[in-house]
Amino acid sequence: MKRLLLVCVLLLLVMNVAQAQDTVTITIESWRNDDLTIWEDTILPVFEAQYPNIDVVFAPTAPAEYNAALNAKLEGGTAGDLITCRPFDASLALFQQGYLASLNDLAGMENFSDVAKSAWITDDGSDVFCVPMASVIHGFIYNKDIFAELGLEEPATVSEFYAVLDAIKADGNYIPLVMGTADQWESATMGFQNIGPNYWKGEEGRLGLIDGSAQYNTEGFAAAFEALAAWQPYLGDSYQSQTYPDSQNIFALGLGAIYPAGSWDISVFNSTAEFEFGAFKPPVPDGQEDCYISDHTDIAIGLNAASPNAEEARIFLEWVTSAEFATLYSNALPGFFSLSSLPVEVEDPVAAEFVGWRNECSSTIRSSYQILSRGEPNNETQLWEISASILNGTVTPQEGADTIQAGLEAWYAPQQ
Amino acid sequence: MSIKPGSFLQLAAAHLALLAYTALALFPVGLILINSFKERNAIFRTPFNLPDAETFSVAGFETVFGRGAFPSYFLNSLIVTVGALLLIFIAGTMAAHALAEYQFPGNTLLGLYLAVGIMVPIRLGTVSILRLVVSMDLNDTLWALILVYTASGLPLAVFVLSQFMRQVPRDLKDAARVDGASEYRVYWMTIPLIRPAIGTVMVFNMIPIWNDLWFPLILAPGERSKTVTLGAQQFLGQFANDYNAVLASLTLAAVPVVILYILFSRQLIQGLTSGAVK
Amino acid sequence: MPASKRKSFPWHIVVFLAPAVIIYTLFMIYPLIDSLRLSLYTVEQQGGPEVFVGLGNYQRLFTDPFWQPQITRAVGNTFEFFLIHMFVQNPLALLLASLLSSRFIVGRSIYRTLIFTPSVLSVVLIGFIWQLILSPVFGRALFAQIGIKLPPLLGQAETALPVLSLVSVWQWVGVPMMLFLAALIAIPDELIEAARVDGATGVGVFWRIKLPLIMPTVGIVAVLTFVGNFNAFDLIYTTQGALGAPDYSTDLLGTLFYRTFFGVQLQLPNPTMGTAVAGVMFVIIFTGVLIYLFTWQRRLLRNTVEL
Repeated sequence: MKRLLLVCVLLLLVMNVAQAQDTVTITIESWRNDDLTIWEDTILPVFEAQYPNIDVVFAPTAPAEYNAALNAKLEGGTAGDLITCRPFDASLALFQQGYLASLNDLAGMENFSDVAKSAWITDDGSDVFCVPMASVIHGFIYNKDIFAELGLEEPATVSEFYAVLDAIKADGNYIPLVMGTADQWESATMGFQNIGPNYWKGEEGRLGLIDGSAQYNTEGFAAAFEALAAWQPYLGDSYQSQTYPDSQNIFALGLGAIYPAGSWDISVFNSTAEFEFGAFKPPVPDGQEDCYISDHTDIAIGLNAASPNAEEARIFLEWVTSAEFATLYSNALPGFFSLSSLPVEVEDPVAAEFVGWRNECSSTIRSSYQILSRGEPNNETQLWEISASILNGTVTPQEGADTIQAGLEAWYAPQQ
Repeated sequence: MSIKPGSFLQLAAAHLALLAYTALALFPVGLILINSFKERNAIFRTPFNLPDAETFSVAGFETVFGRGAFPSYFLNSLIVTVGALLLIFIAGTMAAHALAEYQFPGNTLLGLYLAVGIMVPIRLGTVSILRLVVSMDLNDTLWALILVYTASGLPLAVFVLSQFMRQVPRDLKDAARVDGASEYRVYWMTIPLIRPAIGTVMVFNMIPIWNDLWFPLILAPGERSKTVTLGAQQFLGQFANDYNAVLASLTLAAVPVVILYILFSRQLIQGLTSGAVK
Repeated sequence: MPASKRKSFPWHIVVFLAPAVIIYTLFMIYPLIDSLRLSLYTVEQQGGPEVFVGLGNYQRLFTDPFWQPQITRAVGNTFEFFLIHMFVQNPLALLLASLLSSRFIVGRSIYRTLIFTPSVLSVVLIGFIWQLILSPVFGRALFAQIGIKLPPLLGQAETALPVLSLVSVWQWVGVPMMLFLAALIAIPDELIEAARVDGATGVGVFWRIKLPLIMPTVGIVAVLTFVGNFNAFDLIYTTQGALGAPDYSTDLLGTLFYRTFFGVQLQLPNPTMGTAVAGVMFVIIFTGVLIYLFTWQRRLLRNTVEL
């Protein structure tokens, strides 16, 4: 009897140990603090139900610290198994330094088009190192109550856009255009990169910059800077010290009518705005037939080359390529649109509106992200400063465009 | 500037000046406090109003205690801060005593060597520190933080304490030596004499240690070793911040430091008024 | 020293110094040197080997048309930041401390604690609340009530740095105040009484007796302000970002270092140039500390002997 008990206890112990060994914990590094609850409550339980022996921990870092902290942890060998990838060079550098593993042979990668993969692939196209997760789309979000009150319609062309802005300004009760220049990226991203593609004809202009046939201070790009400068009269008082969170709050409180947006703002306003809001795409210059939108590859996930749990991490990455993940992610985070070629139903009406533009217009990504931000001065950083300065009125659009073009010519051979 | 008894006008003027500055110091702090008890939209709609029946909310505090193990984060912060301060106190006063008291070859040079650490941003050494900590198997432990903060607090402590120790009258120590006291006893005797300086150094070191985000993030991001400042960061998002939770967690985080400060500053003032320093 | 000379080897000195020197060398000096070494190297391409260039990075920093404006601007801004602290924070701290040192002020410890409170708050809170106070919507409404039209102080190149310096002064004034207070209370009452008997007024006593006596503390406060300000980073980073917006007008050596060493957005980390910026910070701070040690402190020592 005693012996039997002993055997039982031993057996239990062994089983316990075996089970403990079976459960593997993998950690995801991310800058998406915002999504912590969504990952914990919505996304990960679905995966863990299918793979009970894999425990996934979503461990985000405050976005301002993410790149620096991640680099340090990778160098020190303490980074998590899965790494959330910024687009283009930041992740490419990690791959070249050997911190990210190649994912060429990952099952499910065929679910992504070449365009979707373009932000996480080597220049020669030989290695892809992150599984694309989502893109973000730019446009304008507007307060439906204010539009109804003032009898306004969604503008489609540039002149209609200004007519609407003039009407709001003439009424005087609301800030026509809610944007600030204190956080410089807001001017560049929500302003310049939002309306720009219509002027530089999307991919045509962007690839022109890369091969040297287009310049920042001529034609489409110069016109985009001029168009941005024209926003100044419609911004709120003291917009120079208005931060991005200020802009969000001003719009959410119903103090402003139109908000130059990134699609990620949809989920923010879903939880903060007490009115109905709609969206319209960047207005096209008068007389132009085609429209172009910024549909920017923004976020992906890769494998830490030094991960001791590579096998389990790959299982998770394969799941990320699935239609199940794409649907789950797109609907849990309205405004982050899956890059998967598999069909995905977006339920949020405003998010569906944004993603619907993909069918009407040609997509492009932000002009400075691919290749052009590898040198000194950094193209993206300059776009931030100059876009803000143009709106602040401290440089003219032409001067600003010349500065950026000179910055590119300083180091980029095709532009020299 | 010093006030004679009975000079009512001067006294009133002094109080007025102090009150005015105190108000300036407290106005923003008060704003933080009242807004941590308001619902999100009210923070921005009426940031300068007191919470009323309609806007009162403890949602921030609920989030803070509902998400993550904040009581344990507090404990971690406390252990790290007190541990590092203790080490800074012991190692710092000993080294300062040696530099102030004994003339040995290389004294000035060693003093400078120990001060170099305050002249370079410590973040520069992050990767080397992380590698060192990993090689000692200390990552994700509170010890890693305690040791790094001790090392980064020591330069200032030694620098300030040795300046003050030089001002301790020589006769006092020599008299003790004549009575047969060992050098260790002489050292121990000096400590109460520079209590004000020690209090100041502790306060000076305590704040950056408590509020530091960087090293907890790099050296000890694990759930078990998370500090309260790092815990509060989870509410700062990429595109939207959970202001209720940020205000609540950081307001809560400030309370223990204020208490520590009151303890240390009492030390400081008692040390002064007991007439220990002449 | 008598005690140490009598013994054959002064072991106690070693014992006194060992803990500090060991911890400090291991966790501070070694990592810093290991990193500063990088400032003498360059990396030709991403992931490539480090190539020794001697002082090449420093030369580049001060001559290259890309780097030279950045480093000179950062040094200039940091000096401005420091000077505002030196001439606003420290006199203010001295004034508050001398008021608080009077035994006739009731509630001294309450004032002291309250004035010190901002110093214990995290920079995230400080940055948040001052941005809110000075923000275009909320702050303007407040200031409009008292009839002031608030300009976008943090958004204009001319005003952003002075205003943020004052916010920093507001936060940190408690620390020098405590140091001054400690020094003022330590002044023996007999000295002050003697001066009063000689007919000195309150202000006269302050200038002729107290100030000379607390000169050592004035020196320490000055050098601590210098060291602290030349390492400053957090407040600017929290409120204006790593680029020292607007138009680099608030870019300090600390933010330039961070941005170069760790990268920002699409700008990749450049550890070799980043450490060179840190090297420049080191040289400036080291020079300041040497000046303090070899002029100020020397002169003080001479003065005390004369007294």
